[in-house]
Amino acid sequence: MTTQVRRETLAEGSAVGEASMEESLTTDRLGEPTEHRSWGAQAHERKGFFTDTSICIGCKACEVACKEWNSNPQDGTYELLESSYDNTGGLGANTWRHVAFIEQDGDRIEKARESGRKLVGLGMPTVGPPTGAATTPGAAASNEDAAASGGGCSGCGPSGCGPSGGGCGSGGGAQAGTTIEADLLSGLLDGDGTTADLSNVDTTPPDTADFRWLMSSDVCKHCTHAGCLDVCPTGALFRTEFGTVVVQNDVCNGCGTCVAGCPFGVIERRDDGTINTPTDRDDRSASEMDVHDEGTANKCTLCYDRLLEGQEPACSQTCPTQSIKFGDREDMVEQAEVRVRDLHAKGLTEARLYGANPHDGVGGTGSVFLLLDEPEVYGLPPDPRVPTKDLPGMWASAGAAALGMIGVAALSFLGGRR
Amino acid sequence: MANADCIVIQGSNMAECHPVGYQWVVEARMRGAKVIHVDPRFTRTTANADKHVPIRAGSDIVLLGALIRGVLEQDLFFDEYVRHYTNAANLISEDYQGPEDLEGLFSGYDPTTHTYDSATWQYAQDEDGEPLVDPTLEDPRTVFQILKRHYARYTPEAVETTCGISPEDFGYLLRAVTENSGRDRTTCFAYAVGWTQHSLGAQFIRTASILQLLLGNMGRPGGGVMALRGHATIQGSTDIPTLFNLLPGYLPMPSAAIHDRFDDYVTGVGRPETQKGFWSNGNAYAVSLLKAWWGDAATKDNDFAFEYLPRINGAHGTYQTAVRMLEDGVDGFFILGQNPAVGSANGRMQRMAMSHLKWLVVRDFSLIESATWWKNGPEIESGELAPEDIDTEVFFLPAANHTEKAGSFTQTQRLVQWRFKAVDPPGQAQSELDFFHALGVKIRERLQDSDDPRDRPLLDLTWDYPLDEHGDVDVDAVIREINGFHIGGEDDGRAVDGFNELRADGSTASGCWIYAGVFAGDENRAARKKPRSEQDETALDWGWAWPANRRILYNRASADPQGLPWSERKRHVWWDADAGRWTGSDVPDFPADRAPDATFESAYGGTGSLRGDDPFIMQADGKGWLFAPSGMIDGPLPTHFEPQESTVRNPLYRQQNNPTRVTMPREDNLSAPGAGLPGSEVYPYVFTTYRLTEHHTAGGMSRWLPYLSELQPEMFCEVSPELAAEVGLEPYGWATIVSPRAAIETRVLVTKRMRPLTIAGQTIHQIGLPYHWGSGGDGAVVEGDSANDLLGVTMDPNVFIQASKSLAGAILPGRRPRGPERQDLVEKFRSEAGLTQESGNQHLSVPVEDVAASAGAGRLTEPLSQEDLEVAYGPHGTGCTCDTPMVEGADFRRAEQPSPTTHRRTDDRTGRVDILPGAEAVAEGPSGESAEGPAGETDDGGRDEAADGSADESGEEAPAETPNDEPDPTKGEHSGPGQQAHGTDQQRRSEEDD
Repeated sequence: MTTQVRRETLAEGSAVGEASMEESLTTDRLGEPTEHRSWGAQAHERKGFFTDTSICIGCKACEVACKEWNSNPQDGTYELLESSYDNTGGLGANTWRHVAFIEQDGDRIEKARESGRKLVGLGMPTVGPPTGAATTPGAAASNEDAAASGGGCSGCGPSGCGPSGGGCGSGGGAQAGTTIEADLLSGLLDGDGTTADLSNVDTTPPDTADFRWLMSSDVCKHCTHAGCLDVCPTGALFRTEFGTVVVQNDVCNGCGTCVAGCPFGVIERRDDGTINTPTDRDDRSASEMDVHDEGTANKCTLCYDRLLEGQEPACSQTCPTQSIKFGDREDMVEQAEVRVRDLHAKGLTEARLYGANPHDGVGGTGSVFLLLDEPEVYGLPPDPRVPTKDLPGMWASAGAAALGMIGVAALSFLGGRR
Repeated sequence: MANADCIVIQGSNMAECHPVGYQWVVEARMRGAKVIHVDPRFTRTTANADKHVPIRAGSDIVLLGALIRGVLEQDLFFDEYVRHYTNAANLISEDYQGPEDLEGLFSGYDPTTHTYDSATWQYAQDEDGEPLVDPTLEDPRTVFQILKRHYARYTPEAVETTCGISPEDFGYLLRAVTENSGRDRTTCFAYAVGWTQHSLGAQFIRTASILQLLLGNMGRPGGGVMALRGHATIQGSTDIPTLFNLLPGYLPMPSAAIHDRFDDYVTGVGRPETQKGFWSNGNAYAVSLLKAWWGDAATKDNDFAFEYLPRINGAHGTYQTAVRMLEDGVDGFFILGQNPAVGSANGRMQRMAMSHLKWLVVRDFSLIESATWWKNGPEIESGELAPEDIDTEVFFLPAANHTEKAGSFTQTQRLVQWRFKAVDPPGQAQSELDFFHALGVKIRERLQDSDDPRDRPLLDLTWDYPLDEHGDVDVDAVIREINGFHIGGEDDGRAVDGFNELRADGSTASGCWIYAGVFAGDENRAARKKPRSEQDETALDWGWAWPANRRILYNRASADPQGLPWSERKRHVWWDADAGRWTGSDVPDFPADRAPDATFESAYGGTGSLRGDDPFIMQADGKGWLFAPSGMIDGPLPTHFEPQESTVRNPLYRQQNNPTRVTMPREDNLSAPGAGLPGSEVYPYVFTTYRLTEHHTAGGMSRWLPYLSELQPEMFCEVSPELAAEVGLEPYGWATIVSPRAAIETRVLVTKRMRPLTIAGQTIHQIGLPYHWGSGGDGAVVEGDSANDLLGVTMDPNVFIQASKSLAGAILPGRRPRGPERQDLVEKFRSEAGLTQESGNQHLSVPVEDVAASAGAGRLTEPLSQEDLEVAYGPHGTGCTCDTPMVEGADFRRAEQPSPTTHRRTDDRTGRVDILPGAEAVAEGPSGESAEGPAGETDDGGRDEAADGSADESGEEAPAETPNDEPDPTKGEHSGPGQQAHGTDQQRRSEEDD
């Protein structure tokens, strides 16, 4: 039923009128719901990360701090993964923070810069200087209009909408316009809703343009509409009072449904395939470690145990450059928007946000990222969708079909009587 | 660094090797600073910089020299700063000649000993001994004009043909540093062992210091030349040193025959008659140290037990000690916080050396390769050694890690930070403090009935540290002794407040004079941890920085000559005329009430003679030294020479290599012939070694840990796609790398982050090699061949650090042979190249007689032909007449001893003197071999904390150069303690981080 509400509000571009259905839902400044059926009354502000990949130095301290704190098993093969300096590959049952390394040369940089510029250009006349705090509802409204007039999804590159994530193709045209506006551009507006002319601001791109080495620390997204949680048949997954999604390993029966339910490929079952991995060469051997929670689903808890003690998560605390920031999700999004605006003002138009859009296929994520290229480059889905997203539609279709069949049957009876 | 407007990181991979410190670079960038990375490789630092300037390893002086030239020629220097605060106006001796005159050499070179007599580099003086100056800077003999002439040939074109840097990139760099320097802006340089680990590494840093003085960036917020130390308390293990030639606080270790009398020693440290910097109080620092060590046994009548101090009679650095082991000259060896079997250059030589010991003690967390070479090492595999033939008795003692013991870390900014013990060490693991304390107690028990005078130094030691309820030494007692206290009188026992309270009459004791004040008021100020939210940015209440809790050294220079801040934006310390005192956000690094306009007649006469505009208070003359009249072994001005095994002829001078570098011509330490000589084509590629974030030096603290090992599991090399194509290397396949010393195998990372450079029409390929892996350790999670096995030992003459950043080798596809065939492969390359012990080890590329002639007759101008080269130093170097053979049993470098007079002038500060005829008995002090053993690198900076006791000899790893904002890395009789920070051989380790 809640899903139904959400779909309607999206289609109508406003949720204000649906208040009675949404009392327990937080809404963003557009009046859109940012939370989902698992959300109850919140004892705390929703917590989240802002991972600013533009200042990540690839030290991997987050990976190690995470494994140390959570006593996760080592899961590498002790062989080069053949992926630059990345030797742990990706998120999984044991690696809950993962740093990607991407080497790129000049033409790819220009493409990234161009695609970011296009995202900004969509419906937006110019880049605004860093003049003010977050946008006002009024500003958002005008922004929305502008985006709508920009022609829906026309700016989407071949890889989809890039940073703005899942809106494109996940719904109708009306959604697309909203989507583009929200993730990328909301931070680029002036306080009064107009945009400043930046033509006389120096936006010369920085000096090294022929090569770059991207580093980015990935983590569970703690989605607003969490697929893993939606599909979990045992109730092992739950939404915490911090708005995060956590597995209760003593409840989990290891069925693995959640693994297929995650659009980001984050959650995984901890079993023989992911621990003490057999190696190809006899001079390599996996370490013997005590493995806890074997056979159950595992993923980042956003250090639930630390949050309960008033501590911040291990990864953000250890990050030496504050590339990983932790705090109230709303603050994180605001900081991210300021940062992307600053980078654009410096000519770094490749910067874009990921997960900040409440209208993407997962309703926005608790972990927000600033990326310097399209999400696929980092191994992130450009258009993540919660698998239950289409359930209402499917139910509606099934209902319609059933009605039709009933109608046909009725008709046949009626016809027979004739 | 967060206050800098431009940061040039050169000779350092800061983001990877100092990730925590890099937060300040990130912060500076956020505030708008430009960050430029000058490095042979595109690293994680480059990825987070605004600009990458690729450079050929070892050519940095050309780039920096060209910046100096650009600044001088285009009048971009900070005029007022240079005139008032540097020695630009000083006139230099009429007899001085430089590389412009002598084809790369300075006047005073002795081709027999390969050393300089610095007599002709001195300031010119009038009849009264006062230095001559020309305030107009126009006299051709002024430092300013000499500097201009010296760097005249360091043109942008020379940069292109020597460093491989385009004129556009050079112009960018020159603009960046000059536009971001001056009254309102500051630029800082950061370096690490990418500068130090060369045969002229100390001069790399000198070049940057000269540039920063010209730009007015010394002693100011966001300025300086930042020495990034290798790990946790490497700075601390230089301050309270693990070095053979230094005592705590950069006091020199006495030298046999030169410092026989205490009076001679004090003269060597500094006296008011020759100084106005703070070294003029050297007497008080030395006496206080002796009182701290020998207490009541140190009296005025016995020169405060000066006789108890050991004497050195030559260089006893780690590599010299290894050679002495090979010659059965060393019985026993302590290894703490280090893994020389993997971490030191020429690993095979290190392992073979240890096989000559009678006993070996290894203290570490795990059975590292230095504890297992006798059963699992590469030489066991090759059959060169067999366990049953090795007589060395090896003891392994478990060590406590940094969370298992209390103590202090002194970091790169000289900040002493206390940490408390969190948990007890497991099993029998012990801290260094407890270990050495217990060892001392046992030795003294054993000797208690001895009446042998040589045992007195041990028996008279103040070894009375109180124990806590667990029987562990009270750490506070140690840092209190380091701080110092009064003896006798009404203050008896009171902790001193600072080094100005120290006296030469025996009424004070202080274990390290520069740390005096860390325990002032009986409070451990290193343990102060006031949050940043509760104090200003300077954060004087977080930890304690030596000296006197100053956060920026020489900060008098942050104000103009009149004492006003150069600008509001860069204000730091200034003169408060009303109060008649210096004030500011930092502790002023100047006599607090010395007015800016104070002048004195005499040039010297102790600190009372410091003028109001003499900010560099540790220098003999209070000025920043653009030209270093003394202190540098290899010349008063940095001059470019090619690395020992360079594949390029020196484009700037006929002299190819540093003529004073320390070579080690031995069968087990062969060198490639050098550019242009037959056989050099056998080793056509340049390789360079470095660290990765994921591992710690030789791996003792990371290869045993699964979480770290999985992040970088295998030894690899980094090569460009061009080199991979040229040699036939498969991405992520295997390669074998052969140097004149060894052959190793690695996986292959082909990456555009490596870039071939074009040097004078020749394509130079550089190969990158991390050095964390080794084989044979017990229980290591990951193993691999050790890059340091490839390195030869050739050293910087100032500090005895090995050259490990630019060496010659060959690379082949596929894995290396196993067993004895591995060494056969090395041998095959050697014979093909025709290597002999003399190969590459010639000190002069210019015929001796030409240098001698030119010394009188001006410069040589004809380039040398190939024939000339071969005449000069033989087809394979064998014709060399200038190298001396190894001296039996000890210091191998020179057969002849320069006159004591020469030493007194040039070498006192470093203690770098050579073996005296008939004096080969090394004065082994109470700490015996261990005192000269290599110190630690593998581990845990935690082991070398200053407070862990004076006997702690672990960990000195990183570049020892300037502690921080230090203007001028010179040392010598006329310079100050800051300067002496360089005089260490601790920089020698190939292990050190980048």
